Amino acid sequence: MAGAYRRRPFPLPKGKAALASDLASRTEEPQAPRVFRPTTKSPLGPVKIASAASAVAPLLALLAILAILIHQALPAIKFNGVGFFIHNVWHPGNFYLQPQTTNGVLHPAQAEYGAWAIIAGTVLSSLIALVIALPASLGAALVVSKLLGPRVRNALGVFLELLAGIPSVVFGLWGTLTIGPLLSRDVYPIFAKHMPDVIILRWFRGSTGAGEGLLTSGIILAAMIIPIIASTSRDLFAQVPKLTEEGAEALGMTRMEVTTKVTLPWVSAGIIGATVLGLARALGETMAVAMVSGSVLGTLPTNIYATFNTIAATIVTTLDSALIDGTGLAVRTLAEAALALMVVTLLANVGARLLVRKVSTTALPVGRGV
Amino acid sequence: MARNAEALTRIGVRTRRRKAASGAAISLGVIALALVIVPSVWIVAQVAFKALPHMSWSVITTPGVGLGGGLQNEIVGTLLITFGVAVVAGFIGVMSGIYLSQFAHGRAASVLRGASEVLAGIPSIVVGYVGYISLVVAFHWGFSLGAGLITLSVMVVPYIAKTTEVSLRQVPSSYVEGAEALGLRPGQILRTISLRSALPGIVTGLIVALAISVGETAPLLYTAGYSQNLPHLSLTHSPLGYLTYAVWTFYNEPSAHAVQLSFDAAFLLIVLVLALITASRIVVAMASRHRESA
Repeated sequence: MAGAYRRRPFPLPKGKAALASDLASRTEEPQAPRVFRPTTKSPLGPVKIASAASAVAPLLALLAILAILIHQALPAIKFNGVGFFIHNVWHPGNFYLQPQTTNGVLHPAQAEYGAWAIIAGTVLSSLIALVIALPASLGAALVVSKLLGPRVRNALGVFLELLAGIPSVVFGLWGTLTIGPLLSRDVYPIFAKHMPDVIILRWFRGSTGAGEGLLTSGIILAAMIIPIIASTSRDLFAQVPKLTEEGAEALGMTRMEVTTKVTLPWVSAGIIGATVLGLARALGETMAVAMVSGSVLGTLPTNIYATFNTIAATIVTTLDSALIDGTGLAVRTLAEAALALMVVTLLANVGARLLVRKVSTTALPVGRGV
Repeated sequence: MARNAEALTRIGVRTRRRKAASGAAISLGVIALALVIVPSVWIVAQVAFKALPHMSWSVITTPGVGLGGGLQNEIVGTLLITFGVAVVAGFIGVMSGIYLSQFAHGRAASVLRGASEVLAGIPSIVVGYVGYISLVVAFHWGFSLGAGLITLSVMVVPYIAKTTEVSLRQVPSSYVEGAEALGLRPGQILRTISLRSALPGIVTGLIVALAISVGETAPLLYTAGYSQNLPHLSLTHSPLGYLTYAVWTFYNEPSAHAVQLSFDAAFLLIVLVLALITASRIVVAMASRHRESA
């Protein structure tokens, strides 16, 4: 009980909040004065125990998810070997032949799994999303917090909340029936026609498809991760001390120079953290991608419009049919893919949070950034 | 003199160039702002335009039959699952937030807090897969309400825990100290002072968590399953439908009515989510009106 107020800072008047958070980042948290506390045993016993049990639940859930995935994936890891991450095949095998045993794992004859194509698809679509979402979020957050008033800042909050709240299947519906066809009819052909045949830009040439593919997925994913990056950046920008910025402006810097030389460097670590968090969300996004990816297995995309698949989308679209595999290898292979995806998103999450906790007072948002 | 004038023009040219660059950057920023606002408005408008002209009461009041019928079973299912999540995740999340803000400190606190935050970042399909393997298969619950709502609760508990913790931390310490000075016991203080003044924040977090669980699909597909019958009130062995499932399966069916149902379901989802977001805003507004101005 004695430590209950130790970490609670003084309440501060509203206007000084920005200054206070700046102060807090440099000095230690102001300590509340020690208050007399009776030493008799606290009557909070049951509440404390029940709440402690609840607080441990997320940690237990996290460990349980990891343990179940590892246990489930182990035979698949043994059977698929390292080749799983390098090769590009997806053959559940012939279920009509006698199952065989390799490396002590029972599997359908001719079964072979290599996730290279879905790993590449996951990474590529998320990178495209990041390339779009990062500048859009930063620009929007900058305009709102540095050029427009606090009232508009709240209005942006409404749109971000809305964007974060729209279900991912609705994003998918919009992507597959509206924006995908629209882009592939009116926009992609222009890119394909005018992009020069040089490195990276070469990817924009060639067949533009029907609207389901990498670029469309990247665009949808970008819209889904903008709330995470934009809301964090907006909070971070509000923390940059006014005096420093005004000083820079008084020295004759233009608005852009103040932004690039003062504001952005001040909060860069926080923005990197938010970006990594957004990346993790894009890597793991399932339903929207499953609806706009074109869901092909075992082929690598040849250009930026090509159909592809991600790890998450593969799990959701093939778990049904994987259940047919009597040896269970197909389901276990999906567990291996899920484990790989989870490890990557875990590392990204933990890394981003540690980085931001070390250098900034703004906490990263939980989950979707609402 | 001549050299001076030349230097001045040079500075003038550079200043003009810098100002132009700044102006260009600002207009890029405005375009970025549009990129954030347009998709949200576009999606809502698009779904409303597709759904509203054909919307009728029968969509809400008849259950699905094959690719036809209405969405009654999905609506009831979504409400049932959301209610279950509110109870299960609401209890665990609020309790967890109380512990993190009132009792936990030091390393243990940051580990528990970190685990909860990281849990919210795990891809939903991974949670769904584990829910399927453990609850549906290993526990023999079958596709069911119980499996679905526990899987979904795992995903939204972190939101509730976080907002509860933050709003309890924001209770001014003078309130608590005043109560202590008046001789209230810790239990009374928690109940009558801390929780009461943190209530708006807690409710807001709960509502946001519900908005998220209304819109989730991946954790439910392999845990709650799907059924066109109206949901039974049993926790196990009885699959049930939900709105996101209708969007996900009906949109690429050959029947125009099925596609229509997909948009209707999307519209109902957006209405539900918007209603929840609005409710949370109203709670915040009411709370700040009643609060003493600091």
